[in-house]
Amino acid sequence: MTPLVVGITVFVLAAFVGFEVISKVPPTLHTPLMSGANAISGITIIGALAAAGLGATPLARILGFLAVVTATINVVGGFMVTDRMLEMFKSRGDRGGRSK
Amino acid sequence: MTAILYLASAVAFIVGLKRLGGPRTARSGNRIAALGMLAAIIITLATQGILNWATVAAGLIVGAVLGAWAAIRVKMTAMPQMVAAFNGFGGIASALVASTEIIDGELTGLAAATVVSILVSIVIGSVTFTGSFIAFGKLQGILPGRPIVYPGQQWVNGIIGVGLIVLAIWSGVTGTEAGYWIVGAVALVIGIISVVPIGGADMPVVISLLNSFSGLAASAAGFVIESNPLIIGGALVGAAGLILTFQMTEAMNRSLGNVLFAGFGSDDSTGGGEFSDKPVKRATPEDVAIALGYAESVMIVPGYGLAVAQAQHAVRELADQLEQAGITVHYAIHPVAGRMPGHMNVLLAEADVPYEQLLDLEQADPLFPTTDVVVIVGANDVVNPSARDDPSSPIYGMPILNVDRAGSVIVVKRSLSPGFAGIDNPLFYMENTMMFFADAKEALESSTSALRSL
Repeated sequence: MTPLVVGITVFVLAAFVGFEVISKVPPTLHTPLMSGANAISGITIIGALAAAGLGATPLARILGFLAVVTATINVVGGFMVTDRMLEMFKSRGDRGGRSK
Repeated sequence: MTAILYLASAVAFIVGLKRLGGPRTARSGNRIAALGMLAAIIITLATQGILNWATVAAGLIVGAVLGAWAAIRVKMTAMPQMVAAFNGFGGIASALVASTEIIDGELTGLAAATVVSILVSIVIGSVTFTGSFIAFGKLQGILPGRPIVYPGQQWVNGIIGVGLIVLAIWSGVTGTEAGYWIVGAVALVIGIISVVPIGGADMPVVISLLNSFSGLAASAAGFVIESNPLIIGGALVGAAGLILTFQMTEAMNRSLGNVLFAGFGSDDSTGGGEFSDKPVKRATPEDVAIALGYAESVMIVPGYGLAVAQAQHAVRELADQLEQAGITVHYAIHPVAGRMPGHMNVLLAEADVPYEQLLDLEQADPLFPTTDVVVIVGANDVVNPSARDDPSSPIYGMPILNVDRAGSVIVVKRSLSPGFAGIDNPLFYMENTMMFFADAKEALESSTSALRSL
């Protein structure tokens, strides 16, 4: 198989996995799901690292640098803000300690 | 070997997403996905033969500091614009990754598939970038939230879109480097002009779709550099965003095309006198306290007004007060309440409302006939009975919360102004409806103290 066919196969299968895994998420979790998924799309960071780390011309290195910065914002910010949100989600049982 | 290590990252993403789907497992799921990402970064740094370490380190540090700062500082009410911004950064990163291939590579010798992938990644990534920041501007109040439309707009956008396709094909076929850059620039413009005509209340759809796009851009970049983790991660996110997009359009009973292109909610002509001349019953905090104090079951319906007024803590205090008196309290949350999917749930979670108390449309709707009092806080179109009863209404057919079937309804709202759809709400003039005209936070606080002294 050529790399293209392999790539398309992987893409289609991954998309189906995505549909299966996510289609039954309750609305309560839609925002963290979206922001967590958003952080995963920051996987483009590995392409950015290679581009910045291997760029031969100054322009390539500048673009690579910008790609690393933006992808890292996406990854670090995305996972951290999702964690911050999920920390707040509590069930009735977890609520006892609150002073009232 | 490297490929196997990357596969571990991809598995972590899938497991992480799966666990994000349940309230008890979600936090660990997010952390598993983050570990997968960290692993992918370390593998890349260790195996790719990085030469420009200073550039890489500087980029990682700057990005991490900015990302962490934003994630720590952002208020929960501002979460939709925060997610939009992160989305935009992810999109442009993918476009930049693809564009470095133009500079470093010999454009004429590339395989057709690579050329197509580069162009797709640049176009989708750039559209995601500017589109997300226009959405950010609208949500942050920097840009007007209403749709910005002008005559012939769709023609202009359509011509620019066709022009982009022609230009992309020409650049790809001839291998002209300048053409690629112009394609990127036109794509940036398209991101702006396609989100500008979309109104604030349609942002749940726009953000979901842009989320999907940021995934697709990453996937396309994965095809460019022949990297499976990028293709897999991108495809997962693309699928997730698409599912949410269609759940949102379904909850509005509109097509995706209608949301994106109709300039919905821009028609001001339906406003004016007809709203104000019908009599409404005005409520004082004492009226609200009496109605609530003698109820057995209360349903709270939050909307975007709750987020604007930052009233999530005030609403929980009212609910606490009611629960102490033995009154059952639930929250009914419409799928498109707020500005992104699940927006209200996050706000109420911040105020320590346990998630079992939050009901979605299907769970809440059957309960209204047996609910004594419904308190609507800053919601309008999602409780408008004309979506059910009036075939001539622009929102006819949209699934609503049938609050008019409850014993009585209290609407907390700043004024009688129509909601986003620009249409009147017959609910406000009903016999068993009381209107409490005030800022949501003040209204809830004054009602809570009136309830205490009851």
